[in-house]
Amino acid sequence: MRITVKLFAYFRDNRFKVEEWEIGEGTTVGDIVDSLHIDREEVGVLMINSRHTEFGVHPVDHDVLAIFPVIGGG
Amino acid sequence: MTDKIFRVNMTDLTTSVEAVPADWAGHGGRGLTSTIVAAEVEPTCHPLGAKNKLVIAPGLLSGTPAANSGRLSIGAKSPLTGTIKESNAGGTAAALLARAGCKALIIEGLPKDDKWYSLSLTPEGVTISEESELIGKGNFAVVETLSKRLEGKPGIVTIGQAGEMKLTGANISIKDPDGGIRSNGRGGLGAVMGSKKIKFITIDPKDGKVAIAEPDKFKEANRTFAKALVDHPISQGLAQYGTNVLVNIINESGGLPTRNFTQGQFAAHDSISGETMHDLIEQRGGKVKHNCHPGCVIQCSQVYNDAKGNKLTSGFEYESIWAMGADCCVEDLDRIAEADRIMDDIGIDSIETSVAMGVAMEAGVLPFGDGAGVCRILTEEVAKGTGLGRIIGNGAGSVGRAYGITRVPVVKNQAIPAYDPRSIKGMGITYATSTQGADHTMGYTIATNILNVGGQVDPLSKDGQVELSRNLQIATAAIDSTGMCLFIAFAALDNEKCLPALIDLINARFGIALTGDDVVNLGKYILKTERAFNMAAGFTSVDDRLPEFFYHEKLPPHNVVFDFTGAEIDTFWDF
Repeated sequence: MRITVKLFAYFRDNRFKVEEWEIGEGTTVGDIVDSLHIDREEVGVLMINSRHTEFGVHPVDHDVLAIFPVIGGG
Repeated sequence: MTDKIFRVNMTDLTTSVEAVPADWAGHGGRGLTSTIVAAEVEPTCHPLGAKNKLVIAPGLLSGTPAANSGRLSIGAKSPLTGTIKESNAGGTAAALLARAGCKALIIEGLPKDDKWYSLSLTPEGVTISEESELIGKGNFAVVETLSKRLEGKPGIVTIGQAGEMKLTGANISIKDPDGGIRSNGRGGLGAVMGSKKIKFITIDPKDGKVAIAEPDKFKEANRTFAKALVDHPISQGLAQYGTNVLVNIINESGGLPTRNFTQGQFAAHDSISGETMHDLIEQRGGKVKHNCHPGCVIQCSQVYNDAKGNKLTSGFEYESIWAMGADCCVEDLDRIAEADRIMDDIGIDSIETSVAMGVAMEAGVLPFGDGAGVCRILTEEVAKGTGLGRIIGNGAGSVGRAYGITRVPVVKNQAIPAYDPRSIKGMGITYATSTQGADHTMGYTIATNILNVGGQVDPLSKDGQVELSRNLQIATAAIDSTGMCLFIAFAALDNEKCLPALIDLINARFGIALTGDDVVNLGKYILKTERAFNMAAGFTSVDDRLPEFFYHEKLPPHNVVFDFTGAEIDTFWDF
């Protein structure tokens, strides 16, 4: 399965902004976060295709996963 | 120093210092400005006439060592919305006013002649002087000239050309600790100050200090409070990326209003994002973090330099960058910064004016994406008060009426800020029901709709939005009374020690015993007082609605409309 992974704010440091990933059946959002060596505690918001999601969700082909640290403003 | 009410009558050019009425003693900031406006201003008066009053009040904790307590509230009947208005900003003036013993400065009447004036406030009272040198000048010239003309580091409250011309987009600017400015941006309060022919106000507290009833308790509470702020990860992100960290996440959510509110995502979002801004500031030797008032431990402000390393603007905020960027489709962050600096100098709200530019682009006045054209219109038309300049300077609603445009994103004639109410429905409830026209800060549901702070409420669902907006609007009204920056709310929503510490600070300052319930009741009282003023001014629940196009134009990428009925919106006031 091919998905797009996007990182934001300091999660980009020494990683990337956006990458295309090949993932296996059964891979969860949490697995992807772990493989990036991002502490789950530091994750503020997860979105798949512009909708909020959770660590336990399985992305499907062509999904766009966005991973944000805890941020805010206004 | 005992707090007093300082009063200035511009009709007969007299001033007085009065005892604080018992009913006002427990109030500060927004709670006080709204209480005074409701008590002393006829709701049906013309906002630019003799019967309106401009009320300036520091918060309950301003002038103390309490972290982040330097916000200054300014209130009046708004010439933009016709409602009651409170707009607050940082800068040094709130703390200096409190130290001068000024609980509120009330400016009433209108001069009989055509002269311009300045006010000078010290603990002894207010002096009115005629002013000529700075008339017609921008805010930066005012701050620079006064810094040379006056001794020490006085607080400065000033209007630019927009305020002098009484444009309904005009703001009031406050000098920050480094000679930059912060703005009480919304609702055209600069026009009210201009109508009273006051170009600037200076504040010198001499050796005045704010008395603290229980200093040891105060110190302990402040330690807990400041720690809660500093420890919250959002505070740390704000210092690194500024408020502009929001461009990418709001864009990702599909709620970033783009091309005059016709799309929910901006293709060039990354070029105007907080991440890009952070890198440019570092490369060009600007300041990534900066405090808008002494005692701020979050430091969300910054100094943004141009490519040659010279300061271009400061306090470069998400709302301004979104409005000039995504809403006007300007992709060049330097051009947006230039427009921001010009708007600061003219003294005009960077949300209202940029949204007005977006409507003007739809009308064909200039093309979408024409950042150079925006800067030219600001400098050549708005600052000089040409016909086009006045149409734009009077805000988005004014441009819509002048050019026959129906897609005009305003509520009660005030421009909707950086979150589309179709795909972030909680914000739609806040825009509709706010006592002051569309204003994100009144009840910032983004925290819970998008950022997962204070729980989670699905932004696309109607469920829970009215209650969320109501609870946040009540809490915000109370926070706006303390002099606290609203960004304490992120820590307050997530850290159980934060809000009790804030209440302890107020109690130690005044030697009183407020409880959490008292604070909630204060918020409710403020909203109801403001609502009653608006009703007496002629507003009804039918005014608590969004513009028609939000109900039938589907917003991509989610292809959703705003679908709350009027009856559903009206349940907001069931408290």
